[in-house]
Amino acid sequence: MRDMWSAIPVRGRVMLLALIALLLAAPLALDRYFISVFVLIFYFAFVGQAWNIMMGFAGQLSLGHALYAGVGGYVAALLWFYFGIGPWVGVFAGVAIAAVFGAMIGWLGFRFGIEGVYFALLTIAFAEFTRIAFDNMAFTGGAGGLFLLYDPHRTHEWWNLRGGPLLFYYLGFALAASAAVLTAWLARSRIGYQWIAVREDQEAALSLGVDVFRAKMIAVLISSSMTAVGGVLLTFYYNNLFPGQAFDIGRSIEIILAPIIGGLGTIFGPIVGAFILTPLGEGLIALTAKFGIDVPGTKAVFYGLTLMVIISLRPDGVWPWLKRLLGLTETKS
Amino acid sequence: MSALLTIDAVSKRFRGLVAVDRLRFDVPEGDIFAVIGPNGAGKTTLFNMIAGVFAPDSGSIAFAGERIDGLPPDRICRRGIGRTFQIVRPFPALSVEDNVIVGALLHRHRVDAARAHSHEVLRRLDLYDKRAQRASSLTLPDRKRLEVARALATDPKLLLLDEVMAGLRPTETDRIVAILQELNRETGLTILLIEHVMRAVMALASRILVLHHGAAIAQGTPEQVVRDRAVIDSYLGAEAVS
Repeated sequence: MRDMWSAIPVRGRVMLLALIALLLAAPLALDRYFISVFVLIFYFAFVGQAWNIMMGFAGQLSLGHALYAGVGGYVAALLWFYFGIGPWVGVFAGVAIAAVFGAMIGWLGFRFGIEGVYFALLTIAFAEFTRIAFDNMAFTGGAGGLFLLYDPHRTHEWWNLRGGPLLFYYLGFALAASAAVLTAWLARSRIGYQWIAVREDQEAALSLGVDVFRAKMIAVLISSSMTAVGGVLLTFYYNNLFPGQAFDIGRSIEIILAPIIGGLGTIFGPIVGAFILTPLGEGLIALTAKFGIDVPGTKAVFYGLTLMVIISLRPDGVWPWLKRLLGLTETKS
Repeated sequence: MSALLTIDAVSKRFRGLVAVDRLRFDVPEGDIFAVIGPNGAGKTTLFNMIAGVFAPDSGSIAFAGERIDGLPPDRICRRGIGRTFQIVRPFPALSVEDNVIVGALLHRHRVDAARAHSHEVLRRLDLYDKRAQRASSLTLPDRKRLEVARALATDPKLLLLDEVMAGLRPTETDRIVAILQELNRETGLTILLIEHVMRAVMALASRILVLHHGAAIAQGTPEQVVRDRAVIDSYLGAEAVS
């Protein structure tokens, strides 16, 4: 831990502390709407970090991360819905089952050498099977969805994630921050080196004795578990779940955008990406509403165009560039 | 001295083409053993079977008294065989030091211990001053030495070198030869190398095996091998001896 902190240049430490202080104090000045925007930023920074571990570090492309978020959300929601078991317990069940899915996909892909885009197709297929299954299971509410009761008398039960946006603001912040710390710690550990070796050249990694299968399995297990936690957060925030949304490939794409825009394989990439993308999406909604453009898809077109511009200007992501701009490029001894 | 590596009647076919044909030889512990032969003689195939890239069709390979044929490359490395690739494969985005740390982490679980070991190895390979550079920025001779450094960091008992001198200028070749000799002398490391550069082979090897069409046509000390009629005809050419 101390190592990690001392690896950050002094200037960076000051900025980081300032940012943390600012975010902790921000709700004092923000209205409900802006707080809800921040909840989404933190959510995307968190699940983006989870995906970043798998793709940015271990180099395994998953396009089905909505599966883990959906499974985590559904398991915790069902436990709450049927048995009144709170999400603080339910999250463990959700994580466990999402990790089982992750293990199945990982085992199939990594044991049988399904790699690259084929592995990505496998992850999409699993998310799709699961969507179809949930569409047809009565006890999960089927295609009609699952709703968590919003009881105004229980909004003080923060331990059951029954509360207002402020609760989710601080919870989201804590999750996003812990994910960044966890990723930084992993990246500097033995497994982090092995992940990058696998990402850079699998054959060379094998020749150096790296157990490639094990390294990839650890990545998918950590990534799926973290994503499931994000799913629980989002489910108890929105109080509803629909298979058609929760397991949709669109959800998976949303998860991967922040780390790609921010910078793959970097700690701050997913955070920076989330801080760009969520406000961009919200801003476009506000703009199109203001100018009275109600042609469907307008927002998506501008959103897509903006992403294209960012990617073409900063192909390595925004963070590596921002880091230089802020004078934070580390000077190695 | 006992044999560290034993190749026993090993064969490998690729769609009817016999790449290695009932090959037998021993690499004694502490030796620098060279395998030479014309292109297509089966050198790299042999190498890949020892390193676990693929299993032999028949025969067996034993290392330190235990069979290793058919084991995957990572398990073979863990047993104590380090290898380099003919076409170098550094992790391009990593620094020179981090490349070596990946190898050092095989038998070390703490990154700082691995880093300390990597410095030791980098000093030996004359790469210490370049440790902070990205591997992708290195010149070919440096990359070749990085390849050796990375393999060496895994603490091998046997080092397999696949044409590490190819494409190097004579001064660079001599530099690697000196480094390898020192390693062999000081640490007792056994080295098995495939090499075309006869200058290096003659300087390094205590024993040479000549491979032709997948079979050994000669084996012995460098002096014996270069005078062998069959070797001159099939590989060296008459002018090499003069």
